Amino acid sequence: MFKFLFDRDTWQEVYDSFSKNKLRSILTMVGVWWGILLLIGLLGSARGLENSFNRLFGDFATNSVFIWGQNTGMPFKGFQEGRRVQLSLSDTKKIQENIEGIEFVVPRNQNQVPVIRNFLSGNFSIAGDYPLLDQVEKKKLIHGRFINQNDIEEKKKVIVLSEDVYKQLFQKNENAIGEYIQVNKINFKVVGLFQTSKINMGPPIDMHIPFTTFQQIYNRGDRIGWMMITGKPEYNIVQIEKDAKLLLKNLNDIHPKDNRALGSANAGKEIGKVTGFLIGMQFLTWFVGIATLIAGVFAIGNILLITIKERTKEIGVRRALGATPFEIKRQIVVEAVFLTLVAGIIGIITGGWILIAINALVGQGDDATLVNPSVSIAVVFIALIILVILGTLIGLIPAFKATSIKPIEALREE
Amino acid sequence: MLKINQLHKSYPIGDSSLHVLKGIDLEVEKGEMVAIMGSSGSGKSTLLNIIGMLDEADSGDYILDELPIKDLTEKKAAVYRNKFLGFIFQSFNLINYKNALENVALPLYYQGMKRKERQEKALFHLEKVGLADWAQHLPKELSGGQNQRVAIARALAANPKLLLADEPTGALDTKTSHEIMAFIQQLNDEGKTILMVTHEEDIASMCKRVVRLRDGVIMEDKKVEQVRAEQYV
Repeated sequence: MFKFLFDRDTWQEVYDSFSKNKLRSILTMVGVWWGILLLIGLLGSARGLENSFNRLFGDFATNSVFIWGQNTGMPFKGFQEGRRVQLSLSDTKKIQENIEGIEFVVPRNQNQVPVIRNFLSGNFSIAGDYPLLDQVEKKKLIHGRFINQNDIEEKKKVIVLSEDVYKQLFQKNENAIGEYIQVNKINFKVVGLFQTSKINMGPPIDMHIPFTTFQQIYNRGDRIGWMMITGKPEYNIVQIEKDAKLLLKNLNDIHPKDNRALGSANAGKEIGKVTGFLIGMQFLTWFVGIATLIAGVFAIGNILLITIKERTKEIGVRRALGATPFEIKRQIVVEAVFLTLVAGIIGIITGGWILIAINALVGQGDDATLVNPSVSIAVVFIALIILVILGTLIGLIPAFKATSIKPIEALREE
Repeated sequence: MLKINQLHKSYPIGDSSLHVLKGIDLEVEKGEMVAIMGSSGSGKSTLLNIIGMLDEADSGDYILDELPIKDLTEKKAAVYRNKFLGFIFQSFNLINYKNALENVALPLYYQGMKRKERQEKALFHLEKVGLADWAQHLPKELSGGQNQRVAIARALAANPKLLLADEPTGALDTKTSHEIMAFIQQLNDEGKTILMVTHEEDIASMCKRVVRLRDGVIMEDKKVEQVRAEQYV
């Protein structure tokens, strides 16, 4: 069989029957070409969309959950319902120590504050943070650095500003690092500038200062606004959220069935929804692409069937000269596979061009809708294998048709 | 060479059946040149098709060169046809998108012969029919007589034991017919066994033996004095 595939005569025969009906062969191939073009174009675009989602979420530890205190919804242990739940630093330590699968627990506090620099001023949100925050919610630093452990230990008055704050308080192209700004009339040294991220879990924060500094300035003591919990990759974040909440309820005298006392936002769950949407879209893409492909391959089968009808006499002659039915079938199947493959390869190449065009139009820059639309080599190979299989299967129909006629009847055909 | 014994063949037509061959007995020796004659419907083509293994008899024996031809699968029939038989058709039946050389080489291709060897051999046979200079021409670029000579070269290519010709001159004018017949006679002189179906008396008279069929039985089977075709050319 392999010898047959590498035999020059095999391809001579394919070429002959192709060149005899150039226009028809090309029209036939259009179906498959279109199918694979759609498949590649759609899959590439889906990948581009996925990439742009990933870029949005990329700064984010996707397996994280935020928990904050609210008002209790049930009376418990002598407390009335409606009591304000106040989470504390010790809660975060206990979670870190007792719950399985925790990577970090980051406490945070937040405030809205007036900021002044020279004659410029504004009102911004400020958060007290640990350096770990940078690992949960990656800050894209333009200049300088984020808060470090030394800042925490020494309760330094340093501040990391967002681009937006910088634009309001500084002149264009002015150097901000090392400058001072006044927050609540206290001087803070600017150590870093970060790019405002498009997606925020929780309230958007304009400025970050060391957590310990924040606690001291605003007299928060042990109290925290909320905590961010990040799970290890192999653990399920939804389960971690349940465990953490149960522990917090226990520590803060909340009824175990009280669902109102603790608020939470599970990034894993939210991102899971988007991922689910993306998977759904990929499935749809494959479905549409392959359905179109099948239609195209059927068109090839159809045309070959007509061709076989026209070539009945030729096939009869070949059989009179000693071609076995197997040899006839093999030739027709090879023709079918050849047509599908050539159409498919052209489709893949033109599909690639379309992706290049999409990339050039909407694939570059910060606000690109489809980032790097592309298909993997594996997808291309899968598509080609599907084409070969479909081509073979569809080629079998005309092949059996061709040999179902007796040579004597085939010879009588005019 | 060829031995046929009580051969019967009928074709179903609707509910009834048409009995085409009603017990044919025929024996052909090596080197003979036999014309099978008869009006249309006499069964002469059916007999040739059965001998050519393109069709199968309902009953009776057919022995070709001591090999009983019976219960053939399509594959086996194809191999036997390729090995033992050469076909010459009325309408030449060349493949129109292949040139003369490729047409002649086709039976050799199905023998699995290597391309180079095949082309050499095909060219040798084309030379023999006097068309070596036309090897690269397509059938449509050749005259009817030339096409039939290409077809004869093709029939000879696999060096068959038996040449079967179905009205080989049916599509040709008288002069060309005589040329072709002269050539077939020459092949017979060289020792080829030839069996041809014809309804033309003058063509039949150029064979060495004439078998007349009517309504599925042999009416007459006699040796004739061969008329040489060269004298008309």
